[in-house]
Amino acid sequence: MRTTHAIRIRPENDGILAEIRELFDYRELFYQLVWRDLKVRYKQTLLGVLWAVLQPALTALIFTIIFSRVAGFQMKEIPYWIFALSGFTFWTFANSSVNFASNSLVHHKELVTKIYFPRMIVPLSAVGAYFADLLLTLLVLFGGMAYFGATVTWKLLLVPAFLLFLVVIVASLSLFLSALNVRFRDVKFVVPFFLQVWLFLSPVFYSSDWVPQKYQYVFALNPLTGCLNGFRHILFGTDLDMVSFGISCAAAFTLFFVSVAVFKSMENDFADVL
Amino acid sequence: MKAIDVKNLSKRYRLQGKSKAGTIRDLLLESVPFGKKTEIEDERVLWALRDVSFSVETGESLALIGNNGAGKSTLLKILSRIVRPTSGEALLNGRTGSLLEVGTGFHRELSGRENIYLNGAVLGMKRSEINERFDEIVAFSEIERFLETPIKFYSSGMFMRLAFAVAAHLEPEILMVDEVLAVGDLAFQRKCLKKMRDISEHGRTVLFVSHNMQAVTRLCQRAIWIENGRLREDGLCKNVVSNYLNSRVETSSAREWAPENAPGSESVVLCSVKAIDASADGSAAFDIRNDIFLEIGYEIRTAGSIVSPAFQLVNEENICVFTTYDLDPKWRHKPREKGFYTSRARIPANTLAEGNFRVTAICSTAEPHKVHFEEADAVSFMVTDSIEGNSARGDFGGQIDGVVRPVLEWRTEKVET
Repeated sequence: MRTTHAIRIRPENDGILAEIRELFDYRELFYQLVWRDLKVRYKQTLLGVLWAVLQPALTALIFTIIFSRVAGFQMKEIPYWIFALSGFTFWTFANSSVNFASNSLVHHKELVTKIYFPRMIVPLSAVGAYFADLLLTLLVLFGGMAYFGATVTWKLLLVPAFLLFLVVIVASLSLFLSALNVRFRDVKFVVPFFLQVWLFLSPVFYSSDWVPQKYQYVFALNPLTGCLNGFRHILFGTDLDMVSFGISCAAAFTLFFVSVAVFKSMENDFADVL
Repeated sequence: MKAIDVKNLSKRYRLQGKSKAGTIRDLLLESVPFGKKTEIEDERVLWALRDVSFSVETGESLALIGNNGAGKSTLLKILSRIVRPTSGEALLNGRTGSLLEVGTGFHRELSGRENIYLNGAVLGMKRSEINERFDEIVAFSEIERFLETPIKFYSSGMFMRLAFAVAAHLEPEILMVDEVLAVGDLAFQRKCLKKMRDISEHGRTVLFVSHNMQAVTRLCQRAIWIENGRLREDGLCKNVVSNYLNSRVETSSAREWAPENAPGSESVVLCSVKAIDASADGSAAFDIRNDIFLEIGYEIRTAGSIVSPAFQLVNEENICVFTTYDLDPKWRHKPREKGFYTSRARIPANTLAEGNFRVTAICSTAEPHKVHFEEADAVSFMVTDSIEGNSARGDFGGQIDGVVRPVLEWRTEKVET
């Protein structure tokens, strides 16, 4: 730990502005942890960073075989495989990040109990490391779109906005679950189950059109629904219900503030409980 | 200027008892009102620190001493912001670095180079600062050849050197050190101590937690003694250390025996033993550069007894440093009258090494041989050797081996060939 300012140590948290500035001051640690996770993850693997792409691509392929060929699912505008690939591009990131990040604080016990730094860096860097994988997968997705001849529109410029949307959802959940996991180790059993349910409740491998009309707004309470629908809207021009989209955005914001609040309220005990 | 200002700092822990909610199931069970929960509330609370206040001036080096579990580490954890206090506050002026964490944040799969950057970031260094010091760190740790090797292939010595090199190049204005001397080999410990001395000599503030009282008295001018979470004593290092040591061993530097339970024979009885130095300020810690006096008081109960008092000194390793007999010609071989006597032995300055010594007080008659009493651990005292440069240690700040530490006369001449 080091800092150039005079520090005041008190029982209470510092102001929100001070916290944000401090998070910024520790950006080098964030980069280093992301970089370390990436290097360690693909060290001593044969295919290396290819795995980042293979996971969503293979999952999309399997779903395409099962649902498109065997069950005969059809999409209106686009082939099923590119629909599934777009879904699993986002889903793989969400799934891996939340799974990995929820255990990150416990995993970094040694750091947390021996050194001071803004605790949020730990789960956020876990998410950051998978974000690099996501960017790589996006290249493959764009390649797939070029292959089937998707029309390029100005809306593609909005892709970063949806990446941000996705990151907010995933980072919020990661903060929330990682903090909870410090106190309640039950979390590590809950997370895989939760992720499974979340996959089925999100329009990853099916279209939200298939959800009955009367459940649309309830369905939209899942922020990932709006995120995926919006993302596909700008990629493929599929329909986007603005009310549902608004509900998802509101849900994402709520999730974000609740998660940050929970994390902040629990973080002072991390070093004592771990 | 004050580098550290601690005001009424307290830290409360709830003990991890049976009813501490560790899993959600526990929490649910806990919230079921069975009634008897509140009565045992107080037993589950532990005050690791209670109302501790002190301040440290810039450039001062302060030792924190106390038994295990007294609250030293908690205090250091609060000051390095790992945990927050329950109440009170502390102000730190200047860059803070702590050596609580030598090697923390290293990753076994990464190379030495990668770990230097990672560890630097963990300790709060900016990349430009790490770049600046990179060569120095590598040189200090002596791992040039293995820079690109994953550290899982490093020996533990290489690992420690690398870890310490990164931490040592933080160049903090306030350095907190917790028992780093307990790890690593002797050479490494010396390197640590030397680095710490360099730091404190460059006007930086050092906060040092250790159970090594010799290192403490060597490095710090002032000490704080923490007992059961409270500040017990704050003062000159050698005095605090000596009081602390006296509280731990049952003996002190001066002791008297009541006539009814004094050790002795029908002819000689022990009355008192004390160890003092020239300053005679009641402290049990003596500067190595001062004469030390051992004094024994005894009562001759049978007229005509021929006795000779003696002392035996035992150091921390239970090695008998020496045994000394009263050879004062005035009484040697001479029968004595009844009454009280004192005999005093002078241990010349610069004789004993630093450390703790226990004194056995003996009184015997040579012919016919008879031991009247032999009181082991009658008193104890401590010898300190600061780094001011005019003792046998010269300019060397580390640990010096040897049972005694005399200042010998040296003469060096250039040999003409």
